[in-house]
Amino acid sequence: MHPVTTIHYLALSAALLLIGTVGVLTRRNIVVVLMSIELILNAVNINLVAFSHALGSINGQVFAVFVITDAVAEAAVGLGILIALFRNKETVRADEIDLLKW
Amino acid sequence: MLMDTILFYAFAALVLGGGILTITCRNAVHSAISLICSLLGVAGLYLLLQAEFLFAVQIILYVGGIMLLFLFVIMLVNLDREAKERQFSKRWMVALAAVAVVGAEIAYFLYRGRDAFHIAEAGGAVPVAAALGNTEMLADSLFSEYLLPFEIASLLLLVAVVGSVVMAKKRI
Repeated sequence: MHPVTTIHYLALSAALLLIGTVGVLTRRNIVVVLMSIELILNAVNINLVAFSHALGSINGQVFAVFVITDAVAEAAVGLGILIALFRNKETVRADEIDLLKW
Repeated sequence: MLMDTILFYAFAALVLGGGILTITCRNAVHSAISLICSLLGVAGLYLLLQAEFLFAVQIILYVGGIMLLFLFVIMLVNLDREAKERQFSKRWMVALAAVAVVGAEIAYFLYRGRDAFHIAEAGGAVPVAAALGNTEMLADSLFSEYLLPFEIASLLLLVAVVGSVVMAKKRI
């Protein structure tokens, strides 16, 4: 059995990023789209922490803290927009929200 | 070392399985619970990478905070007819093809560059977490070198709080 190295973490992170991207691009329910964005941000965090471990530097973990902060802000604002949207249009489906499309 | 490998693969399975279930479940609540599994797996990976502070933050903030927010909103906008309808958009084939291309690209880069990632493993000497604890080092860095980004992040959170209240409120 191979010992786990940085490349394993990078491969895992890439797979998680792709899963999240598929979710963002294909799902109709906006709540699940927002969850997929959380998956993408977590993939980024795995990368940052893996490099922080490999290089013996703490900076990657500091950046992971900032990414988590951004994820929290994004979730709060996104869900606020979703509630406002649901109140006005009675839908949470991404392809029915086409006010700006003509 | 063997234990680390087993734990890594267990957590990786948790992360990827939870992620796949998140984007395929019909019911949004089931998606949220799968996402919790995935985030817990990521927390375990942080622990394997000796990032104890981020492990605690991940569990408290993501599993405790963000997922609560998600579940709350799902309850608020829950539509029973939603689960019975088509879950994926019409052009999902295009999206899948695009993601496959990007995935092939990333896999190729990782394969070609696999020898370049042994920077630390080859030397074997990892100076982290010898004298100071992980939390202490993170705080040192955060409050000295990264003080300005830290303050900007606090401003961002303030704006997000005000913004989400303004969005979600009926009348200001």
